[in-house]
Amino acid sequence: MCLALPAEVVSIDRANDTAIVTLGPVKKEISIALLDDLAPGDFVLVHVGFALHKLSPEEAERTLALIRQSGEDPLEEFAA
Amino acid sequence: MKYVDEYRDGGLARKLAATISREANTGRTYNIMEFCGGHTHAIFRYGVQDLMPENVRFVHGPGCPVCVLPIGRIDNAIELAEKHGAIVCSYGDMMRVPASERRSLIKAKAEGADIRMVYSIRDALKIARETPDREVVFFAIGFETTTPPTAVAIKEARAARLKNFSIFCNHVLTPAAVAHILSSPEVKDHRTVAIDGFLGPSHVSSVIGSRPYEAAARDFQRPVVIAGFEPLDVMQATLMVIRQLNEGRYEVENEYFRVVTRDGNRKAQALVAEVLELRETFEWRGLGEVPLSALRIRDAYAEFDAEERFSIATRKVKDAKSCECPSILRGAKRPTDCKLFGRTCTPENPIGSCMVSSEGACAAYWTYGRFRFGTEGRALDRAKEAVQ
Repeated sequence: MCLALPAEVVSIDRANDTAIVTLGPVKKEISIALLDDLAPGDFVLVHVGFALHKLSPEEAERTLALIRQSGEDPLEEFAA
Repeated sequence: MKYVDEYRDGGLARKLAATISREANTGRTYNIMEFCGGHTHAIFRYGVQDLMPENVRFVHGPGCPVCVLPIGRIDNAIELAEKHGAIVCSYGDMMRVPASERRSLIKAKAEGADIRMVYSIRDALKIARETPDREVVFFAIGFETTTPPTAVAIKEARAARLKNFSIFCNHVLTPAAVAHILSSPEVKDHRTVAIDGFLGPSHVSSVIGSRPYEAAARDFQRPVVIAGFEPLDVMQATLMVIRQLNEGRYEVENEYFRVVTRDGNRKAQALVAEVLELRETFEWRGLGEVPLSALRIRDAYAEFDAEERFSIATRKVKDAKSCECPSILRGAKRPTDCKLFGRTCTPENPIGSCMVSSEGACAAYWTYGRFRFGTEGRALDRAKEAVQ
């Protein structure tokens, strides 16, 4: 029920508070009534036809960097 | 899919698992409750539990809105369609959840009730606009993720002066449930249910932020780490919980910071606060009456409240006999402890809600984990026998 997927904003219709987003090959109209400051190219989390929150590409990259760091074995590096 | 696939990398997962094994102190166990059904499914679908050392255990929480909704509320929804002749619109997850007398929304629909499955509350609004001569009720369920869309729809209905649209409001709140679980005698005395820390909700937290968990982490001295729903997110957050426990810390940390902030979505929170207010108490399946754990529609918007419009009376209905859903929702039992699991209760013929929902613990065990343990294997054999 709480599942939400990251989709890319293609175009925005502020008069109706809607946007067209793409999710892989799927294009869909969603409500953006819950978000201000949205621009085409932004990634948003889509849940039951509403954009819930923006997704930060920089923080997404930083998360992966942290996970990679967690996966490092300090002893292995020491041995190398 | 961008921002999804990279968090499912198997090689990285194995490396993370090695780190967790190194850091999980063998002198103790780590019982980590994943609150959300979304996490339960990630754990089973991607085999995360199998990558963990033996002393790191996931305890499945009640974060499945379909599972915690009491049977009486589903009876109410069926009644709205059958007795009041309304078009009842519902999210798909609800359709097959067992109601009283082995009925369900989908069975009522098959018997002629006008019950329609919708993807979004916006679809229900559209139906109301297109059929002005019929009452249209939206069966609103869900945690803080689905609540803001409900608030937006009520405001849109008012703006459009819709007279035939109302909401049967069953929205529930996550932090209240976390606090309730932690203050239950089962957990507090650490006797029957051991919970050392939490994986906090992903998308609920995108709306409410990480701040609302701070009181529970502090007061009950349990670390909470907000985690994304992808397997690497779950594993990284698990490592963060383990590190907090090793260091004797109990803080709210955020692994899902690409989406979740401390304050959450303020615009969404303001909309919800304008339209909805706290209920003094609400019944949760498994947890019983939980104070201040659910929302109702404010008096100012009472015209859109189906409970007012159709004078819906709260019904107390007992759960199916031998169904262990209530204990499973509290983390007190596992699906395999239930006599019905895999025998009379399967996703095709569910007895309890935990087997229906795509977020329910029983559905996760059945779909991804039933070959893993002896008991599940036996349950499967029994199910096969039953089919033959």
